[in-house]
Amino acid sequence: MKVLMFGWEFPPFNTGGLGTACYGLTKGLTRNGVEIIFVLPRTSGMVSEDYMKILKAENIEIDEKKIKFVSIESILKPYASINLPIKQFDIEKIKAENVMYGEDIFAEVFRYAQEAKLIAMIEDYDVIHCHDWLTFPSGIEAKMAALKKGKNVPLIVHVHATEYDRTVGNPNPKVYEIEKKGMEEADYVIAVSHYTKNIIVKHYGIPEEKIVVVHNSIDPEPTDDSINEENFKIKQHYKIVLFLGRLTIQKGPDHFLWVAKKVSEVDENVRFIIAGNGDMFPFIVEEAANLGIGDKVLFADFLRGRDVDRAYKMADVFVMTSISEPFGIAALEAMKNGTPVIVSKQSGVSEVMKSCLVADFWDINEIANKIIALLKNPELVETLREEMKKEIRNFSWDKPARKCIDLYKRAISQIQNRTLSKADQM
Amino acid sequence: MVSVCFYFQVHQPFRLRKYQVFEVGHGNNYFDDEKNKAICQKVARKCYLPTNRLILDLIKETNSEFRVAFSITGTALEQFELWCPEVIESFQELVATEAVELLDETYYHSLAFLFSEREFKEQVKMHRRKMLELFDYKPRVFRNTELIYNNALAALVEDMGYKGVLAEGADHILGWRSPNFVYRPVNCKKIKLLLKNYRLSDDIAFRFSCRDWVGWPLTAEKFASWISAINGNGVVVNLFMDYETFGEHQWAETGIFEFLRHLPREILKHPDNNFLTPSEVIETYDAVDEIDVPHIISWADVERDLTAWLGNKMQQCAIEKLYELELDVKRTKDEKILEDWRKLQTADHFYYMCTKWFNDGDVHKYFNAFDRPHDAFISFINVLNDLRIRVKEINESKKQRAYSILGAR
Repeated sequence: MKVLMFGWEFPPFNTGGLGTACYGLTKGLTRNGVEIIFVLPRTSGMVSEDYMKILKAENIEIDEKKIKFVSIESILKPYASINLPIKQFDIEKIKAENVMYGEDIFAEVFRYAQEAKLIAMIEDYDVIHCHDWLTFPSGIEAKMAALKKGKNVPLIVHVHATEYDRTVGNPNPKVYEIEKKGMEEADYVIAVSHYTKNIIVKHYGIPEEKIVVVHNSIDPEPTDDSINEENFKIKQHYKIVLFLGRLTIQKGPDHFLWVAKKVSEVDENVRFIIAGNGDMFPFIVEEAANLGIGDKVLFADFLRGRDVDRAYKMADVFVMTSISEPFGIAALEAMKNGTPVIVSKQSGVSEVMKSCLVADFWDINEIANKIIALLKNPELVETLREEMKKEIRNFSWDKPARKCIDLYKRAISQIQNRTLSKADQM
Repeated sequence: MVSVCFYFQVHQPFRLRKYQVFEVGHGNNYFDDEKNKAICQKVARKCYLPTNRLILDLIKETNSEFRVAFSITGTALEQFELWCPEVIESFQELVATEAVELLDETYYHSLAFLFSEREFKEQVKMHRRKMLELFDYKPRVFRNTELIYNNALAALVEDMGYKGVLAEGADHILGWRSPNFVYRPVNCKKIKLLLKNYRLSDDIAFRFSCRDWVGWPLTAEKFASWISAINGNGVVVNLFMDYETFGEHQWAETGIFEFLRHLPREILKHPDNNFLTPSEVIETYDAVDEIDVPHIISWADVERDLTAWLGNKMQQCAIEKLYELELDVKRTKDEKILEDWRKLQTADHFYYMCTKWFNDGDVHKYFNAFDRPHDAFISFINVLNDLRIRVKEINESKKQRAYSILGAR
């Protein structure tokens, strides 16, 4: 089985959970015998060969024979604000490189899709699998390219987040259109949670039977010993509560600050670490000072690789205050590191993870309450840790990968049946 | 008679590096040695060394009629000693001419006056010691960081034995009066107050290379004519500015050095003009009136207030938390901790956190060692948490030792 996959990002070039999920899923798929051609946007100016080298070096766990990376030079960045006019990109640099770019991010998405079509013409594949809206037009183009070659290939779009989540209910109509069209054209839609499936049914009008829920996962391989043994001196003096995510309205970093304020009123020996970056960064820094906890909130910027694990190890509690979280893979990473987790009820991860505490994202008192409970009761933490240890063993990227493979097979055979029955009629 | 009184501020902060969350508690070096060294050497090359040379020549050429004053911060001197000792030597040469006066200030260029009188006095004492040690000099006139001033400061430094104090000639404290006279702070007996003529000072410091300005291009001749015009309605023109104006803020290409080279001669062409240093002004002229400054003023921005350092919550939080540590820091009796705590008091750290990007915004941006004010705040807070842990550890082990001694008895 050969899959033509379109993604936005892949570690180490990722800025969020999407890249982590794509990495995990491709790992699972290749372990289960699937071959993948992974198409990715590459930052303009970066030489294609170097890009591949870094991708391969970083992802040694994937069998090189099973995955092939193809990159298209582009200015597209996942999570880039869609309101950003193209002028914000380095126009001089773009001109100097003499690459054709679209007039705005939407034009760029479609230009990208045209390039994707060229790749689709050359490559050979059985399924097209797209991750999130930027790649949906590419997927549609690829399906048409295959049809031109005389092959009807199923298109599967994988929804890791919708515009509803990202904008907390104020979707950009153009993005919404692209998402909706992608889901409509697709043979199947994969949602990362039931929570997301409901949004797709309710807000995009996609029939329920076309949507398959495939929860994200994590491979429970142990973390680096050097991290396990690292002695964080700050821990001898303070308890640490961690927020890790993009600083955008979707993730509720402001809610985290209000919680922090509540907690520090009870215990002043708590430090709150905010790891991540995003358009709310300046506001969040100032708001911490405004709330009078400016010296208790420490900022770690965007962390990657080892530092993510270090942050979880350092933390006594990991809190996810997302207003709308399709999945929330960070909670699984925290669990792997043995860090007690509080997730918002409005999240996909709460559907699959049992050894964690949950609260409504808006219930500041309740979240603060649970943080304090964890900080003050080592017995509670111990119990949770034991459960987490057991639970993590059941997780593996093989599970979602197998679900995807089943879906691929189902979609392929359905198309075949359809063509057969058509032939019968004739 | 019009006496021109030049005072130049020489200052370099110990800039912080990006101190990461993971380092908190490990007591690593807080300061960006590499950057500080590079900046120090660059400014030495572009400003301190060539301007000192030029001023020395001018003093000699004019038979010491050209006279100036400097206030050099302890943090600047320490960095010169580390990375460009030739700057110290060239200042020593200048002081040896006896046409150069040195002023006192807080060693760390701090805002200590606003937060702790005890710390303020200790830092002034440190600065006095440094002046004696490096220049064999005892300053008689005081200037506070960024010319931060009010009645209480005047009373405090009079009490400490100073004969004069400098302040901004802000319109709202002068009212109809002119900055071109000597004044006495209200409720003080002896100390005299010199007020900066901000128009003429800023003509050099800020507007010199500004082509939109009607005064451009500013020649020594033109400037001297403005000075001479004050004859009859003023006795002193206080030109206070950052020394880095020469060659750093105003690049050599703007002609700033040519301007300075010709200025003394042009000013002295008028028989009623001369140059005096601050303490000579104080000896020469009587105070004409009392000046009442109940509220704090400074020389910064158009507001002449503290908002450049303490205008937003980030700045207030950072500085309040820093001074909260004073007693605990001093209790450690640990030299390194005390030194680090004091280096964090340097006003520049709070200036970097300033978010008012309006009229003076470009100046703020120019001086900012960080990309964003928020980054400055973040590094500062990480460092502060680290320092707090070091302080706590030492004080706790001291307590433990004390208990064990008591227990042994």
